[in-house]
Amino acid sequence: MESLSFEYRGGRPLPSAPPVTLVGVVGSGNLEVMVEPADLGGVCRIEVLTAAVGFGPIWQAVMDDVFARHPVADVRISINDVGATPAVVSLRLDQALDAFTGGQP
Amino acid sequence: MDAQTLLKRLFPDGHDVAFAGDCFSGTGRCCGNDVAVVGTIDNAPIGIELAYRMAGAVLDVVRRHPGRPILLLVDTQGQRLSHRDELLGINGYMAHLAKCLDLARRNGHRVLGLVYGQAVSGGFLASSMLADRCYALPDAEIRVMNLPAMARVTKIPLERLTELSASSPVFAPGVDNYLRMGAIAALWDGDLAGQLAEALAAPLDGDERRALGEERRGRTLARQVADRVRRDAVA
Amino acid sequence: MTDAATHSYYEDSARERLLGLLDPGSFREILPPSERVVSPHLRRLDTPAAFDDGVVVGKATLGGRPVLVAAQEGGFMGGAVGEVHGAKLTGLLERALDERPAGVLLLVESGGVRLHEANAGLIAVSEVMRAVLAVRAAGIPVIVLDGGQFGCFGGMGIVSRLCDAVVMSEEGRLGLSGPEVIETTMGVEEFDSRDRALVWRTVGGKHRYLLGEAAVLVEDDIAAFRAAALALLDHAPDLSLAALEAEHAALGGRLERFGDCRDALDIWARLGIAEPERLPILDTPTFLATVTDKRA
Repeated sequence: MESLSFEYRGGRPLPSAPPVTLVGVVGSGNLEVMVEPADLGGVCRIEVLTAAVGFGPIWQAVMDDVFARHPVADVRISINDVGATPAVVSLRLDQALDAFTGGQP
Repeated sequence: MDAQTLLKRLFPDGHDVAFAGDCFSGTGRCCGNDVAVVGTIDNAPIGIELAYRMAGAVLDVVRRHPGRPILLLVDTQGQRLSHRDELLGINGYMAHLAKCLDLARRNGHRVLGLVYGQAVSGGFLASSMLADRCYALPDAEIRVMNLPAMARVTKIPLERLTELSASSPVFAPGVDNYLRMGAIAALWDGDLAGQLAEALAAPLDGDERRALGEERRGRTLARQVADRVRRDAVA
Repeated sequence: MTDAATHSYYEDSARERLLGLLDPGSFREILPPSERVVSPHLRRLDTPAAFDDGVVVGKATLGGRPVLVAAQEGGFMGGAVGEVHGAKLTGLLERALDERPAGVLLLVESGGVRLHEANAGLIAVSEVMRAVLAVRAAGIPVIVLDGGQFGCFGGMGIVSRLCDAVVMSEEGRLGLSGPEVIETTMGVEEFDSRDRALVWRTVGGKHRYLLGEAAVLVEDDIAAFRAAALALLDHAPDLSLAALEAEHAALGGRLERFGDCRDALDIWARLGIAEPERLPILDTPTFLATVTDKRA
């Protein structure tokens, strides 16, 4: 297993703190994504625990894209991954962040 | 220890336990008390017929001898693994046995278990694990699965499992592990009749295994997590 | 109801099932994922953990009546029971003793004990068993729903039959040792786990319903599961000596009547069902109409 951590600045804070969102399942080729409001001084922090070791640069690229689509601030994203492909990771994060922001601008 | 020797040591004042196939039942006398005995021999796999007969023996005690303590002496390699047992609903037979033991408890029968041979998975689950307290002889064997089989199924290297099992009681076979985790109240050695008499008299307070596992540091989360789910305020 | 209006229970995750089953907006999770009460044992074995340890527990209403609910997630380690997972189930059941809801619903989906923490899981299942019986003895019905992709086996197969009623879909499976376990241990000639038709007619919902192991058979539709669960809230638990003697007689009768059967087809024929080989292909309403008054 490998732990990875990413931080992004410059995101927009949400007008009100939404409830915690969880999508996905910790099963083979899949992952769970939990999104929580967190007082992080404007930072969006992503913590990944993955069964597949050695894919740090790919995670970095996927997370960069996700943040570009969902520039959120004061949000903590936690991921438990069992070897999901980058496409599945992107999809789950989009689902989780769409549900979390729930149409807020 | 074979069942005959065990019964002699548990009941030096005598017993009328009768053997039928891989099952036995009857009454032993311990310090002036009658104790109902239900058990199995030869690492019996517990299939539908055996679970049914054991349940019948328990119901018989409840019906005919209100309040009489029940001692389970179950030696089992686990549930019988067969297509036919599944076809006829073996889980329902196991559940029935468990319900009968729980009925006995609710009707004031003290239910004790003593693992004297093997206790494995479903066979253990539906019998002695339903007892108010379960004890074991030091050379008994309790397990879900041996480590080589576990390594195959989980795909975790056997060396890693073996190494971890030296410090963690959580997955490796062994009476001591079950003792640390609270499922075995104590080991009986030496004067078995004396220890049975003590167990018959000891005060009981519900299912105490989680607290015991926490106290013995073998199962550190179960008590706390169950308590939180039971008592946490909900928005 | 048209097919377009049905919502598959089988395809849903545990959390989706709860949302579809319970009164809208009523579910409140206890010890939610944000509490991060995960299994410490999986981490030590280099295996990913889930934030809810594979089971969602909480309170809600069903048809306006208060219920406590648990849903196992088969997608995480086959829904297997570990220390935390089992303690959440036990705690929820014991909460019922304090809150006295109209019922407890168990949305089971489990291969049984989680091998990575096998001893803790086995003990936990026995604690769940005792807790189920304590809740029923207190007069509160415990209702099992079984229609997920992973079925219900091992210790949870025993737990299910300790409850007041099991609601299954045809796709649900219920047993003790899974077909793969039997094949691996006893050989493919004992149970060929790749023979899907054999597996389904042995442990699937239709056979369980005919045997009386499942009380209700519904279509794979979450609304059908909801309706069945709602109707069962009025079930009064009975764990009396008389009730268990009746159960004993029924199980003894099953051994006498079907003990020599080697296949579900033999049992169905003996139940007086014409052309038993047709049963697996019938849709649920036709099946139920065909087997009326024929159940064991």
